Amino acid sequence: MIEEFSLTEEPKAPDLSHCTAATRNACKLCTPLGACLVFRGIEGAIPFLHGSQGCSTYIRRYLISHFREPMDIAASNFNEDSAVFGGAKNLHAGLKNVSRQYKPALIGVATTCLSETIGEDMAALLLDCRRAIPDLPPVVHVSTASYRGSHIDGFHDAVTALIDQLVLPPDPHGGVNLLPGMLSTADLRHLRELVEAFGLPVTMLPDYSDTLDGPTWMDYEALPEGGTSVEAIRRMSGARATLEFGDTLRFTRRTAATNLAERFGVVRENLGTPIGLRATEAMIQALERISGRPCPPAITAERGRLLDSMVDAHKVVFGKRAVVYGEADLVIGLTSFLCEIGVEPVLCASGGKSEHFPTALRVAVPELPSTCMVRDNMDFADIDALGKELKPDVLIGNSKGYGMARALDIPLVHAGFPIHDRLGGQRVLHVGYRGAQQFYDQIVNTFLARKQEKSTVGYSYL
Amino acid sequence: MSTEATIPTGTIEEVEGVTPDALREQMLKGLPSKTLRKRAKQIVPNDPETPPEIGANSRTIPGIITQRGCTYAGCRGVVIGPIHDILHITHGPVGCGYYSWMTRRNLARVPEGQTNYMQYCMTTDMQEDHIVFGGEKRLAEAIREAYRLFKPKAISVYATCPVGLIGDDIHSVCRQAKEELGINVFGFSCEGYKGVSQSAGHHIANNGVFKHMIGLDDTPNDAKYKINILGEYNIGGDAWAIDELLKKCGISILATLSGGVSYDEIINCHQADLNVVMCHRSINYMAEMMETKFGIPWFKVNFIGADSTAKSLRKIAKYFDDKELMDRVEEVIAAELAVLRPIQAEIKAKHQGKKAAIFVGGSRAHHYQDLFGDIGIETVSAGYEFAHRDDYEGRDVLPNIKVDADSRNIEELDVEPDETRFRPRISPEAKQKLIDAGFAFSDYLGMMREMKKRALVIDDISHHELEHLIKTWKPDIIGSGIKDKFIIEKMGVPCKQLHSYDYGGPYASFAGAINFYKEIDRMLSTKVWSYVVPPWVKDRKAAATEAPAEEQKAA
Repeated sequence: MIEEFSLTEEPKAPDLSHCTAATRNACKLCTPLGACLVFRGIEGAIPFLHGSQGCSTYIRRYLISHFREPMDIAASNFNEDSAVFGGAKNLHAGLKNVSRQYKPALIGVATTCLSETIGEDMAALLLDCRRAIPDLPPVVHVSTASYRGSHIDGFHDAVTALIDQLVLPPDPHGGVNLLPGMLSTADLRHLRELVEAFGLPVTMLPDYSDTLDGPTWMDYEALPEGGTSVEAIRRMSGARATLEFGDTLRFTRRTAATNLAERFGVVRENLGTPIGLRATEAMIQALERISGRPCPPAITAERGRLLDSMVDAHKVVFGKRAVVYGEADLVIGLTSFLCEIGVEPVLCASGGKSEHFPTALRVAVPELPSTCMVRDNMDFADIDALGKELKPDVLIGNSKGYGMARALDIPLVHAGFPIHDRLGGQRVLHVGYRGAQQFYDQIVNTFLARKQEKSTVGYSYL
Repeated sequence: MSTEATIPTGTIEEVEGVTPDALREQMLKGLPSKTLRKRAKQIVPNDPETPPEIGANSRTIPGIITQRGCTYAGCRGVVIGPIHDILHITHGPVGCGYYSWMTRRNLARVPEGQTNYMQYCMTTDMQEDHIVFGGEKRLAEAIREAYRLFKPKAISVYATCPVGLIGDDIHSVCRQAKEELGINVFGFSCEGYKGVSQSAGHHIANNGVFKHMIGLDDTPNDAKYKINILGEYNIGGDAWAIDELLKKCGISILATLSGGVSYDEIINCHQADLNVVMCHRSINYMAEMMETKFGIPWFKVNFIGADSTAKSLRKIAKYFDDKELMDRVEEVIAAELAVLRPIQAEIKAKHQGKKAAIFVGGSRAHHYQDLFGDIGIETVSAGYEFAHRDDYEGRDVLPNIKVDADSRNIEELDVEPDETRFRPRISPEAKQKLIDAGFAFSDYLGMMREMKKRALVIDDISHHELEHLIKTWKPDIIGSGIKDKFIIEKMGVPCKQLHSYDYGGPYASFAGAINFYKEIDRMLSTKVWSYVVPPWVKDRKAAATEAPAEEQKAA
């Protein structure tokens, strides 16, 4: 009875060349959201926004609709006075109250558009707070003006800030650091499992696999259990190597991994997000190299099963045309896998500005047809306009593509963030052979279900 | 006070063996002195006969996690966002626009040939150079672009935090665009840091709609009973349900502000003979201003809950003082209740005596008590997220509310009766007759007058307080929003989202009430809760051994 969309009435999507002053239906979120997500992945930490309370409310609302879990973000609740004269008093009161109420192990402070625009001197303000609040836990600050970059930049910048501000001089241990990027909770759990299968202790930063995908409570928890401990972060300098996922980061001059490499000589292993055969193999090889151990047979068996299923269902997916959108590195990972299974990506779009995206994608997926459009800084109006011309068979990305899928009458396979029209969006598994297997089954079954729905014959064997 | 109030009888002496005062003590215990002083005013045991003063609409203390939003959210998200054929442009960095993109479920169903921009979220997506050199040019270009692409009837612009700081004059950009394009273009200075909560945004939005839209189209409307519904946002289709019900009675709705409504309906809605107000908090400004300028009287209604809906319909019929309408309304009520009562009775039998707590919004925490009450569930504690004292204590406290710095920042429009268009819709004699018979115009009695004595009223509840409430009073169900929902349910208590309706609805009118009864029945009856061990099960044992010791001490 209720229709949230009536897309048949939608104005026709126009030529893009003259659409430059406005973003219509953005394919990106704001920088502090990424930072808050990272801080939620630190054990006992509380994210804290220095700015207006509305940012905290909006970001919580969005993260909660995806994860379906509690997500607290404190704020310094600027008013008109603080906007004019600075937020020192609010920051002080906020940090004091949060320390007292939550007794956090860490407060992750991200500065919003408001405090960034008035140019708060955060180093000085935080030093004052440290002097005045006796039981203040470690505070890490990351600058996240939303007019610089998108949520994925806020995410990476927060990881870098944590490493930059917490890590102590090296005390060598046999572990590895893992910087997974913005992945699902199921991905994070599986990555830990894979690295540990090689006998390597791992510090994964961030790790929100428990804090944002936890069980029901036996007792009230002001801060959810789980996450990377501050202590483990401090010791990241003594690791054997840092595995850093993200093809675009390879072309970025300063990342969290380069920080560890330059300051402490920790070897940086930049890899693509391990989605699909090729990227997972690259990760397995890196783990073999670092650990000096061969790949455990159970993992090899998963690879075998994946290959076997790819043989079973090749005819269902081969030659299908896909539009893939979302964060640059996720899109590269998904595209790589799609090419492996014979799906033809026709448009690969990232919402944020990422000058390295096209290059990184072409390098990671050399067989990607030259006819495939690769674009950064796209909004859904652009994707929609191009998508209509390209006649795709499937969309792959987050919930915001639903309107387009509905208009084009093609299926949407959910991946990435945010997913708020399906259950379990936070635990979609993409990585490793197992993730590829699950994702493959999902894509194949989407096409099979579609075939049944659209056919006038009631096929019961497919 | 009007004689309309039906003051509930009975007192909540204690719940689960704990008195309201003892629970309040628990909540306040251990707070730093300044915070304690402030919170003590915001947690108040009720007295329906003489509502006690409550601290409301005061700034949330930094670091205390609140469910409140910002001025922009109240303006763009709540009041103006639902107008489906205005093209809304958020002037600011990308987040604010994105987060207000269809998140409130204010639905629109658009007739063939009309335009619906609801699924569009347009933002200037400001970058660093706009912050440094100013964003006015970018905004002007975005407005032109929007016009070129869509040719809308009106474009509305919303300022976000950085826009106010860098001093972009959005209003002059809008004025120029209006001249250049020949369509209605207007702006809202609803920067997020203004005001205490989204409530400030409602006020700013009311002012803007009044200045830039109301009264633009004087085309007469010859419908017999013409009303506007103010403060109804069509969450989950509520406005449609009300619309359908009123149609059955023969009452025409010119505009619903703002839900499932078009620009054309709004610019002509001053032709109505009556404004009825659902959410007093967000729209009372508009009701007052329309009465002053055009002579349209207003009163409060509530279409949430079967008895409240019947009462509201009768009140509207009585206002029009027309036998035919009153008879029609009685017929409709009888027919609707014939369907509703058996379902209500069956569900009530299962849940009679259960306890609810509601913390939401600026009116829903009040309205939904009626719906829960329909099925025998008593609200033992309630509070608003962003309402003011008048929403708790009733409008008669208005003269005594201290205006603080935050509220002073929001413009109060100077409204005068319109020279040509002011027309009293009801004669002073007829109005007085109704008032003498106990009819309340321009009034809202507030939540407290309809809650039991000693029920705990909590404004802008914090997590800490909610935890104590759940542990101690063990409500069977809590009505709240998405930011609390998963905390509450982790503790084994079902939580009904009363902002988004858990993606269900409608709950307004008789049909909606049936929906709600059934949904609450499902929530309370599911086996899933039996698998969740609530935190207090452990505490209960501890409490049993501790209690005698404390009693001894007291003695």
